[in-house]
Amino acid sequence: MTILLLFFEFFQAGLFAVGGGLATLPFILKMMEKYPEWFGTLQLADITAIAESTPGPIGVNAATFAGYSAAGVPGAITATFAVILPSFIIISLIARALQKYRDSRLVCDVFAGLRPAVTGLIAAACWSVMRSAFIAGTLSDGFFQMFSWKGVALFAVLFTLLQLPKTKDVHPIFYILAGAAAGILLGL
Amino acid sequence: MKNLLKLYLTFLKIGAFMFGGGYSMLPLLERELIERLGWTTEEELLDYFALAQCTPGVIAVNTATFIGQKRGGFWGGAMATLGVITIPLLLVIVIVSALMRFWHLPAVTNAFDGIRVAVAALIAAAVVRLARSNVKNLFGIVLCVLGFIAIAVFGQSPIVVVLGAAVAGLVAGRIRR
Repeated sequence: MTILLLFFEFFQAGLFAVGGGLATLPFILKMMEKYPEWFGTLQLADITAIAESTPGPIGVNAATFAGYSAAGVPGAITATFAVILPSFIIISLIARALQKYRDSRLVCDVFAGLRPAVTGLIAAACWSVMRSAFIAGTLSDGFFQMFSWKGVALFAVLFTLLQLPKTKDVHPIFYILAGAAAGILLGL
Repeated sequence: MKNLLKLYLTFLKIGAFMFGGGYSMLPLLERELIERLGWTTEEELLDYFALAQCTPGVIAVNTATFIGQKRGGFWGGAMATLGVITIPLLLVIVIVSALMRFWHLPAVTNAFDGIRVAVAALIAAAVVRLARSNVKNLFGIVLCVLGFIAIAVFGQSPIVVVLGAAVAGLVAGRIRR
């Protein structure tokens, strides 16, 4: 029974959470109020923290986590598939239509406007990751203490390496692993 | 069959290393799909991101479904989607069931802080590349800056930006002709 409810609730979250992973969190918050027994002592903050720091889509990670705490491994699998099913169905339909109308003048005009705007959206996402990586305290700690200077320095080094002709083609996976190693060594 | 397996494995790799959700897959997608496999172009990736942004669901899953569909129809979409969630699904189960008590160790949090910085650097480099190839005229600069400000300063929903830019694109196209 719990499995069915989990499927229903996460299917709904997948269907109505527009705008990416973090948009699923309000739905999980609502589930916490509706079915407190699913989550035990678990807080939304735990779900967010695990979802953001494990690899993978945040909405999927959050669903797996919540599903597991509600009903173990079957719950985790149910919640995960329920959350991705609506987008899978919708995108499958859109992809087919897109292939058909790709070269039409209207579609080209729309995308000519979308590409620069989405570049701006990605820049905004980058900005928010940078803020969470660089800001270590609040202004009341003092202006200098507010920032994680080791983080800023590491960013400067990695970003420079990503521009240099010799190192810019190193695989992104290597940069991620280097970031983890530097984090441990520097005690970020 | 070989095509489907390749789709699955490519997205398995991307899913295993995308820390921080949706946009953090961009540098990996560029490397794997554009440079290594030549399956898509920068413009097309941005189109998928735009569509994924205003359709419901998780951006990474939407993007994987789009690219998989294009490469291998319905089953291609299914394999790419399964690929991108396989490792995250297993990892979250393992972490929650066995590793929760290691979660707050200083070395673990330090490693994740380092990864966050690396992801920030990778996305920043991707933004520079994207801006170079997709923001070419005044129209583009205005849309790009407005998109950034709407999200970063005013906390608007990305859907508003995508819909606004679509309308702007239509109007600009009409004026040009």
